[in-house]
Amino acid sequence: MLSRVADCLYWMSRYIERAENLARFVDVNQTVALEPGDVIDDPWAPLILTTGDWALFAERYGQTTRESVLRFLTLDTEYPNSIVSCTRAARENARTVRESISTPMWEEINKLYLLLNRAARELSPEDLTYDFYNQIKLGSQLFIGVTDGTLSHGEGWHFVRIGRLIERADKTSRILDVKTYGWEQQPNPGDVQRTVVQWTALLNSVSALEMYRKVHGRIRPSDVIQFLLLDREFPRSIRYCLRYAEDSIRMMTGSTTGTFSNRAEQLLGRLSSGLDFTSIDDVLADSLHTYIDTFQLNLNDVAAALCDCYFAPPAIELIK
Amino acid sequence: MFENYECGFLFDEAIQAEGAPRPGAESLIQRLQSLSSEELQRRQRMADATMLNLGITFNVYGHEGGTEKIFPFDIIPRIVEQQDWNHIERGLQQRIRALNLFIDDLYNDQKVVKDHVFPRELLETAATLRPQCQGVHPHKGIWCHITGTDLVRDRDGTFYVLEDNLRVPSGVSYVLENREVMKRIFPQVFGGLSIAPVENYPEKLLGTLQHCAPPGIDQPNIVVLTPGIFNSAYFEHSFLAQQMGVELVQGSDLAVVGDRVYMRTTKGLKRVDVIYRRIDDDFLDPLCFREDSALGVPGLMDVYRKGNVSLANAPGNGVADDKAVYAFVPALIKYYLGEDAILPNVPTYLCHKREDRQYVLDHLAEMVVKPTNESGGYGIVIGPKASRAELDDARQKILANPRNFVAQPLLHLSTVPTLIDGAIEARHVDLRPFVLCGEDIYVLPGGLTRVALKKGSTVVNSSQGGGSKDTWVVKRNGTHAPGMNGAAQRQSQSQLAGVT
Repeated sequence: MLSRVADCLYWMSRYIERAENLARFVDVNQTVALEPGDVIDDPWAPLILTTGDWALFAERYGQTTRESVLRFLTLDTEYPNSIVSCTRAARENARTVRESISTPMWEEINKLYLLLNRAARELSPEDLTYDFYNQIKLGSQLFIGVTDGTLSHGEGWHFVRIGRLIERADKTSRILDVKTYGWEQQPNPGDVQRTVVQWTALLNSVSALEMYRKVHGRIRPSDVIQFLLLDREFPRSIRYCLRYAEDSIRMMTGSTTGTFSNRAEQLLGRLSSGLDFTSIDDVLADSLHTYIDTFQLNLNDVAAALCDCYFAPPAIELIK
Repeated sequence: MFENYECGFLFDEAIQAEGAPRPGAESLIQRLQSLSSEELQRRQRMADATMLNLGITFNVYGHEGGTEKIFPFDIIPRIVEQQDWNHIERGLQQRIRALNLFIDDLYNDQKVVKDHVFPRELLETAATLRPQCQGVHPHKGIWCHITGTDLVRDRDGTFYVLEDNLRVPSGVSYVLENREVMKRIFPQVFGGLSIAPVENYPEKLLGTLQHCAPPGIDQPNIVVLTPGIFNSAYFEHSFLAQQMGVELVQGSDLAVVGDRVYMRTTKGLKRVDVIYRRIDDDFLDPLCFREDSALGVPGLMDVYRKGNVSLANAPGNGVADDKAVYAFVPALIKYYLGEDAILPNVPTYLCHKREDRQYVLDHLAEMVVKPTNESGGYGIVIGPKASRAELDDARQKILANPRNFVAQPLLHLSTVPTLIDGAIEARHVDLRPFVLCGEDIYVLPGGLTRVALKKGSTVVNSSQGGGSKDTWVVKRNGTHAPGMNGAAQRQSQSQLAGVT
């Protein structure tokens, strides 16, 4: 496969996943923001914190209001990580490799793009209801579904999967970080109602509440963290994402478990097996924030190594 | 729907002068008549939405919000009757055979010049002649692997060749997508008719490209070379690569190492054997043609001349696209094949010849003046529609550089029923069949019908208000009934086992 094509497939997939995650975060937050003020302080600021683009937001909008945050994260074409910008970037990547993806994949990504393009032109924040964000989530899920069902599970499919899982691991870690920020400093277990609302919202933002209940039952902060970070089976937990990203790299390189054949595989294997042998007590021993910070840096290194190994390789070796 | 249909003194492709449908079009007209205006408009909207979702669009630049526009598509198909089609097919095969021999001769022995059939002066002043291709023998002598000849039909129903389009013709993806969309949104008009299929074009194209591979290569690695996503035909480049299952590459994906061309893959370099290039000659190789080209591959032409990679179409074949050269094609057919041209040329006056030029200047207001080396309808002056100032301007240009211009009488392009604001009206069309030259010469049945959507206009170019239509080559009264062979076994498994 052409290096340029692999690069585009990977980023196409990351951008779609990014758009979906943003839609999830925003949507859940809309519901939480309806709770009385004594339960939630500023419900909108954490969303901007999740993106890591606070400075840009502050410069363009100043105050975090429902209106400004929804516009920034959803419709702002000048903000490169807004849902509309991500969808455009995904579609532009798809267009560049149109011949390497299946027509159903192209059609779904194109429909999502048309939906967002129209929204950016015609909608205002009042129109951004549950239905709208649900369409985005569904669009992304449809795309994932037709990708699985219509693209051969070879190299291209693996790059699509790796892109999706790395993006998802990153976003789950970010929402976990932001929503738990300050929790360790001011443990106030007395305020039961407040705790339950916040942690339930966190689970909901990654559609994890129902699956969490089946495993842990009652809402307990350390259980929620464990579920999102370390659960083996939930498809949006960080450990699950890394495990299958690693699986995809192995399928491409042919390396056996416990070995590696390039830098990307080495770093991803190390990060993934680290999670395999970590318990929630280890995570909380220091501070959750420090743990997640380190994790995110490591994940960035994996992404950089993927680029070096596959997307921009020095042109030397000839294939026989 | 046809009560008020007027095609005047023009030739209409579906309706005869006395108002009855032409042979081959009866069934379509009947079906259209059974539909209401609202129903037709509803189908048209469905077609537009389908094209938008399929991304058969182009960007409107300078529009904030990146508005996507579809190329206008009209849901009423254009019918070509099988008898007419057979004639066109034979004519195009003959023409391509002669043109291949001509171009090969020009770049090698130049017998046609020595025999005084083709003037040397014209050859030496042809802007599309590529001296870099002198002495090249493309594999199997094929210079025109893919051609998109433009045909028009005049008032008396005769098909004429208007342009040969040998260089990098585009539009075939619209032929395939138009048919696909028609089947999705308007299946009832197909029923029972025997319409020649177009779906095997990618298969044929792949075969053509495999056929021209350098000798001794068993499973050639074929790629489509595109200038990139900002090219207006990018949709087609990616569509064809996808349909053939080959890589779509940009210049930067390719590299010349030693005397071979390679592509950069996730597993290192991989050799490339055949390049279906959708980049003009000038941009192919900065070491050979334009130095400032960033789209091409440095060193590519060297590898090509050594015979280690095949290029389709062959560089330099555009010499025969020169509109002054075009005028000689009937003579060339006679010279190389000893046959009379099956499809006539439009009579063409060569402005560099004194008596032709005088005639053109005397009749400027009645003629169509064309620059010899433009495509896409650029630079054409239609005498009867031009203003005084435009005619004067054309006159000055012809006098300043007569070799750059030819002139033709104004043809009265045929019309086809077209859906305009819910009513069916006559609109002018042309026809671009696609020809593949490989082991044999294949003509895709039908081709691209371009339609001028503005009333009375004869400019069909998409850049100037033109749309397209599905084109049906139909057997007269031909019907086909699906056979019953191959009926499947009864399904035997379901969850509710035993329930009958």
